[in-house]
Amino acid sequence: MNASITERQAALMGMGDSRLRKEDARFIQGKGNYVDDIKMPGMLHMAIVRSPFAHARIKGINKAKALAIPGVLAVLTADDLKPLKLHWMPTLAGDVQAVLADAKVHFQMQEVAVVIAEDRYIADDAVQAVEVEYEELPAVVDPHKALLPEAPVLREDLAGKSEGAHGKRYHPNHIFTWEAGDQAAADAALAKAEVKVEQKMFYPRVHPCPLETCGCVASFDPIRGELTTYMTSQAPHVVRTVVSMLSGIPESKVRIISPDIGGGFGNKVPIYPGYVCAIVASIVLGRPVKWVEDRIENISSTGFARDYHMSGELAATKDGKITGLKVNVIADHGAFDSCADPSKFPAGMFHICTGSYAIPSAYCRVDGVYTNKAPGGVAYRCSFRVTEAVYLIERMVDVLAQKLNLDKAEIRARNFIRKEQFPYKSALGFEYDSGDYHTALKKVLDAVDYKGLRAEQAAKRADPKSPTLMGIGLVSFTEVVGAGPSKICDILGVGMFDSCEIRVHPTGSAIARMGTISQGQGHQTTYAQIIATELGLPSEVIQVEEGDTSTAPYGLGTYGSRSTPVAGAAIAMASRKIHAKAKKIAAHLLEVSENDLDWEIDRFKVKGNDAKFKTMKDVAWAAYHQPPAGMEPGLEAVHYYDPPNFTFPFGIYLCVVDISKATGETAIRRFYALDDCGTRINPMIIEGQIHGGLTEGFAVAMGQLLSFDEQGNIQGNTLMDYFLPTMVETPRWETDHTVTPSPHHPIGAKGVAESPHVGSIPTFTSAVVDAFAHLGVTHMEMPHTSARVWKQLQASGVACE
Amino acid sequence: MSKQLISMSVNGKKLEQAVEPRTLLVHFLREQLNLTGTHIGCDTSHCGACTVDVDGKSLKACTILAVQCHGSEVMTVEGLAQGGALHAIQDAFYKEHGLQCGFCTPGMMIRAYRLLQENPNPSEDEIRIGMSGNLCRCTGYQNIIKAVQHAAKTLSASGLKVAA
Repeated sequence: MNASITERQAALMGMGDSRLRKEDARFIQGKGNYVDDIKMPGMLHMAIVRSPFAHARIKGINKAKALAIPGVLAVLTADDLKPLKLHWMPTLAGDVQAVLADAKVHFQMQEVAVVIAEDRYIADDAVQAVEVEYEELPAVVDPHKALLPEAPVLREDLAGKSEGAHGKRYHPNHIFTWEAGDQAAADAALAKAEVKVEQKMFYPRVHPCPLETCGCVASFDPIRGELTTYMTSQAPHVVRTVVSMLSGIPESKVRIISPDIGGGFGNKVPIYPGYVCAIVASIVLGRPVKWVEDRIENISSTGFARDYHMSGELAATKDGKITGLKVNVIADHGAFDSCADPSKFPAGMFHICTGSYAIPSAYCRVDGVYTNKAPGGVAYRCSFRVTEAVYLIERMVDVLAQKLNLDKAEIRARNFIRKEQFPYKSALGFEYDSGDYHTALKKVLDAVDYKGLRAEQAAKRADPKSPTLMGIGLVSFTEVVGAGPSKICDILGVGMFDSCEIRVHPTGSAIARMGTISQGQGHQTTYAQIIATELGLPSEVIQVEEGDTSTAPYGLGTYGSRSTPVAGAAIAMASRKIHAKAKKIAAHLLEVSENDLDWEIDRFKVKGNDAKFKTMKDVAWAAYHQPPAGMEPGLEAVHYYDPPNFTFPFGIYLCVVDISKATGETAIRRFYALDDCGTRINPMIIEGQIHGGLTEGFAVAMGQLLSFDEQGNIQGNTLMDYFLPTMVETPRWETDHTVTPSPHHPIGAKGVAESPHVGSIPTFTSAVVDAFAHLGVTHMEMPHTSARVWKQLQASGVACE
Repeated sequence: MSKQLISMSVNGKKLEQAVEPRTLLVHFLREQLNLTGTHIGCDTSHCGACTVDVDGKSLKACTILAVQCHGSEVMTVEGLAQGGALHAIQDAFYKEHGLQCGFCTPGMMIRAYRLLQENPNPSEDEIRIGMSGNLCRCTGYQNIIKAVQHAAKTLSASGLKVAA
């Protein structure tokens, strides 16, 4: 063993290594195992009959023609589910949701009935043959109108209930009021402010739209009384708990398996009626039942995101020091409150809306409202409403900078929480773990030659012949991720810890089972790297498994950037338990005391004697062969990690946009993204996650919108209309980083995959608005499509017609 | 529904099967031949997850009937690797981190396979335009473009034709 320390280190492919992905082999050979790839003997297919109306009474459902089609086994409606008490189900947000419409439909494309047939073509035929008679009711699509005294009552099932899961309801269409901070202090700051700005903004309804839609294969074994369900779920263990509670089947006999998942982005957190119906159908028919929705169903009925009508006020001094923030939000939650947030936080982590700034007083209030639109409000590539919060504060700071005629970099630098102020307690109640915003900002401004860009912009503004307007967007965001401490964060009462179980085998390979589930993040690769560094075993021999509730320890799943902050910590802690035992074994083998041993990369060495050592691999063998007297054999550990706090990744993003005065088309000339996610586990994967998040952010800011007409008809629910950028539109991304580890996380990591989505969206808006800033424009609503930008060019009198 | 006999070559293997006339090629491949590498993302020919190669053209298998491919030569992702060795395109997607969730990957690679025969040395812009029929939600495309360039280089350096 003459390998140098560097060679031994490299051989592990541990943390910091841009290790190529272990999961790729199956995906590049067409051997992934997604839900729709699963086939079981005797498997049936389910399809859903959906409402064409947004608000209507169901006068009758006639199944006869559908049942007459050869190959159709059953048609189920709410009346069929009633005896099982499954026609309604609880939501994660403390509300109830119709599994199949019970006498009334509340949104277009709501689930009204399901048909089960021998193949998917017959099932689709039968959907057309189910006759439903509706009596249309007036639809409410605007949440402000929903709160008017004369508004129709949408949720008749809640009649007379003035208390919801989150306190008082002041109107039949009102769900909750949620507040954070000190209203009196914020009002006082505004009252005595030298400068005040106010801005209303609408964060439109969008959809995460992963490339794979949602679906499941449910298989109930009536002999054993066991239910196995393959499901596109980002949280299989929570699903198992819910399914057990709803069905009465003991949790030990319910097995939920999330196989390979074709992207999630928050869309695959909720429990959808389709899953429940497929499970019921399998129990009733005693055969496996597959349900996979199509794209139109996915966009129309499953977890949307955002739909926040926000209004912000900032108080500041004349030199741009922010003294107070006040925010009011009307949140459109659709027909049922099925947001996927930690139970006590109906507006998620929206109270991160003081951003990266030391704002002494702040208050925010969010009112949730029912409308005749699909339910949801999922965390689309963000930690629970953080995207909305970051958009709000970043827009407000830009508006203030314009009012004061201050540069947007300068105003940020004046208000940043300083490095030495961490851990920093925000006015809305978070304790930020660590950060160094000034260093990151300077790095970005230097990298892009910010002064040069501003000079170029000034020249263009001075030249009336310039064919383009040039805008520079700048954002300095802070996220709160890694939910979360169980003392404040739970889902249906289950604390938001996460878990890891590691077994080291006699020959020195290991298997780790996790409570999370990758949807493309590369957990099989990165988790193994953490173990490799902690235990000195090569990551190549470490197998990572997740997603099967029968084999993995209980965990809350993957969303809200919680895998690395929570499960990543569980891995490190489980590894350290193994390491501690291994050290005792090594001391026994080397016949010295534990105190005489040093750990070096992959081995325990006797202090001062490099030749006397035992590698972790040696120890693994000994653990099964000759452990010290009185010690249990084996080398394994399990750890449930309950984080003491959230983590607070941050970044500085800069965007340069050129806008054609002749067409309103926007061209992203440059996008520079600096991220600080603390300790970096795999730089290649981090960069890939950032590219992807920036692209999703680009889509949201520049083109995505789920809009509805007055009758509640969804406008544009196919990929023809709903904007997913292709390679042609997608800008080129430049990435950079600083490293400010989290002081409370075992390996200092903070999580990264959502930062680029959260941070980029306001950066695009900042850039587009900046192009018009010299013309007095302070805000423009997303999405910044050519048509909208063109209207602004005309309104500002600079369009080349 | 009565079935119709069709024959085609799939990944170099000749086969004859009875299909319902309304069966889409993608369902024929996935359900009848168990070639589940070809995915369905949108059902409306926008996303490209179902891209296969039919008689030397990239084609979206969700928008053509199996019976229309009677007599055709079809290649899917399962036909890329030959004799246990990865195709240069597969290797390049792996080396350049050109995939994340993997759902778009088979369609992307099959499109790249055809693109590199149409244009063995494409520029970045030519790749962006030539592959714009394939959507990816995870990668932001930058590494996919690198992967296609990487594959083009490997293939031209080795003097290999793209077609295996």
